[in-house]
Amino acid sequence: MYDIVIIGAGVSGCAIARELSRYQAKVLVVERAEDVCCGTSKANSAIVHAGYDAAHGSLMARLNVEGSRRMEALSKELDFEYKRNGSLVVCLDKEDLPGLQKLYENGVANGVEGLEIVDAERLHELEPNVTDTAVAALWAPTGGIVCPFGLTIALAENAYTNGVEFRFNTEVTGLTPAEDHWEVQTENGVIDTKYVVNAAGVYADVFHNMVSAKKIHITPRRGDYCLLDRSVGGFVTHTVFQQPGKYGKGVLVSPTVHGNIIVGPTAIDIEDREGNNTTAAGLGELTEKAQKSVKNLPMRQVITSFAGLRAHEDGHEFIIGEVEDAPRFIDCAGIESPGLSSAPAIGVMVAEMLRDKMGLAENPNFVGTRKGILRPSELSLEERNELIHKEPAYGNIICRCEMVTEGEILDAIHRPLGAKSLDGVKRRTRAGMGRCQAGFCSPRTLEILAREWGVPQSEITKSGGHSKLIVGESKDSL
Amino acid sequence: MLQYDIVIIGGGPAGLAAAVAAYDAGSTNILILERDVQLGGILNQCIHNGFGLHTFKEELTGPEYAARFADQVKERGIEYRLSTMVMDISKDRVVTAMNRTEGMFQIQAGAVILAMGCRERARGALNIPGYRPAGIYSAGTAQRLVNCEGFMPGRRVVILGSGDIGLIMARRMTLEGAKVLVVAELMPYSGGLKRNIVQCLDDFGIPLKLSHTVVDIEGKERVTGITLAEVDSHNKPIPGTEEHYDCDTLLLSCGLIPENELSRGMGVELNPVTNGPAVNESLETSIPGVFAAGNVLHVHDLVDYVSEEAAAAGRAAAAYVAAGGKSDADVRRVPLVCSDGPRYTVPCTIAPDQMPEKLTVRFRVGSVMKDRYVSVYFGSDRVIHRKRPVMAPGEMEQVILTRKMFEDHPDLAEIRVCTEEA
Amino acid sequence: MEVRNLICIGCPLGCPIEVSMEEGKVTAVKGNTCPRGDAYARKEVTNPTRIVTSTVRVSGSQDGAVTVPCKTAQDIPKDRIFDVARALKGVAVAAPVSIGDVVVSNVAGTGVDVIATKSVK
Repeated sequence: MYDIVIIGAGVSGCAIARELSRYQAKVLVVERAEDVCCGTSKANSAIVHAGYDAAHGSLMARLNVEGSRRMEALSKELDFEYKRNGSLVVCLDKEDLPGLQKLYENGVANGVEGLEIVDAERLHELEPNVTDTAVAALWAPTGGIVCPFGLTIALAENAYTNGVEFRFNTEVTGLTPAEDHWEVQTENGVIDTKYVVNAAGVYADVFHNMVSAKKIHITPRRGDYCLLDRSVGGFVTHTVFQQPGKYGKGVLVSPTVHGNIIVGPTAIDIEDREGNNTTAAGLGELTEKAQKSVKNLPMRQVITSFAGLRAHEDGHEFIIGEVEDAPRFIDCAGIESPGLSSAPAIGVMVAEMLRDKMGLAENPNFVGTRKGILRPSELSLEERNELIHKEPAYGNIICRCEMVTEGEILDAIHRPLGAKSLDGVKRRTRAGMGRCQAGFCSPRTLEILAREWGVPQSEITKSGGHSKLIVGESKDSL
Repeated sequence: MLQYDIVIIGGGPAGLAAAVAAYDAGSTNILILERDVQLGGILNQCIHNGFGLHTFKEELTGPEYAARFADQVKERGIEYRLSTMVMDISKDRVVTAMNRTEGMFQIQAGAVILAMGCRERARGALNIPGYRPAGIYSAGTAQRLVNCEGFMPGRRVVILGSGDIGLIMARRMTLEGAKVLVVAELMPYSGGLKRNIVQCLDDFGIPLKLSHTVVDIEGKERVTGITLAEVDSHNKPIPGTEEHYDCDTLLLSCGLIPENELSRGMGVELNPVTNGPAVNESLETSIPGVFAAGNVLHVHDLVDYVSEEAAAAGRAAAAYVAAGGKSDADVRRVPLVCSDGPRYTVPCTIAPDQMPEKLTVRFRVGSVMKDRYVSVYFGSDRVIHRKRPVMAPGEMEQVILTRKMFEDHPDLAEIRVCTEEA
Repeated sequence: MEVRNLICIGCPLGCPIEVSMEEGKVTAVKGNTCPRGDAYARKEVTNPTRIVTSTVRVSGSQDGAVTVPCKTAQDIPKDRIFDVARALKGVAVAAPVSIGDVVVSNVAGTGVDVIATKSVK
């Protein structure tokens, strides 16, 4: 019998798991996919919102501001990439200025520090590529950018080393209340647990509605994104939002922690909870909208496009807490933007809730720090030589676009909750994430994965399930 | 720090030919740095025939062509290091490289020849909408999997792009047992050689659909199908022309991009049309003593021309080293411009006092052109006027300028390469 | 008189060739720019042939190679291409292999050998 089963190994589930590992409890995270960070958490704007946007007084507002405040310390404890680059909400029309003022006031009320409305001149000093016609902006120096994979994987690894179990490729198919516990039905058998945490992203309403008469409804809201090459990485240095106004909602243009430029998202409500396909209309809309806030956006430098799903709950509010008519079932639902920003705070909130309900004692062996994958590119020439002398794999470049060595890939495979697929390696090391999009390195990464896991290359997948890359041997059907 | 007169970045066809020519021109202190485990570059996976007709007067496969040059390098005792990645090149030609056995090391080069080749345009750069499942490969990646690793990347294949690698892979996949359903090409003409359409598609009854593109990719885990649509004259899909294909694989052969990350890093000026360095008659980049040749300079259609060009770069680098590493900054240079067809020229400028007896100027046209003349104007004088029945963007064109032409035009301000009506 | 239009595959130039035929015999070849084109055209309309390139497995390679590329030493009848491909299925050679080594002799009864196009240690 587990004390707590968390459904979903996205950023919320992993943050909760990590915070729970501070206490003595038998915790299991069950995940349908083959790895952590495979749903909403993997495809989003990678932004840490300052917290001026969410309505004052909402849970969203509180957790956003608190999450944003915690992020920097957490990035140091868990060694993931985060940068406080500051954000700008650009006002494109004088008529929208009162709205900008309102946003400012909402932010101040939410407790966001350092907010300032800047005029056009100051705006263009801060961000020369903002369109000339922009009239003002809300400047939030506490806005930041983060690697969403880095954050989620770091939380998961830290949770795992502190005793949390993870089960992948395990879809939850049903939930049955027993006298004093839950029976969690999965494809791979029944799991008994005292408490369930529902952190299932776009499926959170499905699990909620299995146990509660008070239904909730989540709409997968698809957003298309484009990622631009690092050669134009300096195009903007702040996260540039467009103020919602008479031009509609707009899209953001932002640097990423890895030096690319991200543009997006669109917002299309869809039915299919797996519908993360991009569309021609969506990609066209991105280009058109982005050009309203920035000038001469180098869209020829797009290296990839992707779509993510936001778990939009009808009330547009985080639903976090024990379900009224389902004791010991804790919802963590409707976690859409600013969910990534709020994750550190969500983790603490849910963990403390469970601590108090269950009377959990502190885990005396908890280690709150974790080292990420060693990045040789951050070392001096001498340090790097020493490393290669000890581990020659660090002298072997596999991904030439992102300059990822075999040593880093081996680390990604062999560390806690290591990578099993091409995408798993990519999210941990960036191999294949560069301008050639894995053209050169995928056969080599495939070979390394097969060798290290001791399976034939034909067993290695792109991202689990049936996503096999090799279907047979040459001439086998002749 | 190691010291070499010439350091060549890349041991593919360009690097090898440059090394041999530089050596034969008297510069024997050469080092080739190659990131792969063998010399020959991408030719090692191009197992089809059709290479070397110009160079060796016989038709060779890629590995055979590579071996001929690799043998020449070895016969001359030219040094090379394999599995060695060049990490950085400084403006003053300090090359930082890395491998498993030596770690990071630096080399002071008298001259550098950039010969890093090119990469394929990826799906992302094409903005093809749809899912992102397994089963989408660039044609070159599939070529490596099939030819070098003996794997089948898929069974039912659609190919987007009619570049030569795509055409070649249509035949390779077919001969290995896959069903290639169709090759779609966005442009109204093929990007590949005509002979490849005959022997790679027509021979096997594989349809080529011009002015078509992929408008959707289906399949959440592995590709299950794609949708093609015809495009209008602005390359926009025409509603109602969609056709669905059940397939498990999409191969992309949609163009090659010179790999100039190292060049950019050292501040070499690039030509926005070719994405390669802007070079002078010596194939020297904007940084003195740094030369470029092969697909890193501009994408070639035939490896024979790569070898020829790289040999010229090798000789120029040898001459630079022999002259004590000095180039004449004040030398008179004549710019080349293009109009009515040609999109770029290599080189971009010519110093009449430094050019060889005959200088090959290479270019490509922007669209299919029939029954036109290729003309070269020295000022208002037409010095070359040559009929070309067909020119296509997929094929490289060339004109040969002589010293005499320049001697006849001592005050030349500009050279114009263009096409004219017949 | 029958006229057939071909694209020469003799070299990358890809000359458009017009072959005139009467009762199965070539009477004229136009459009080629070299003698190879003439020869190609005459053969293509009577007995088309191709070089086939492929790979076979190699074992015991020091370099870690798993395949060795190969080709038919001469061109083979076009309608035998698949027979040749099938004949190479399951063929494995032991390293070392040198360029030109015969991998399969008289492949698929064509009278033509398949030879290695790469040396593998």
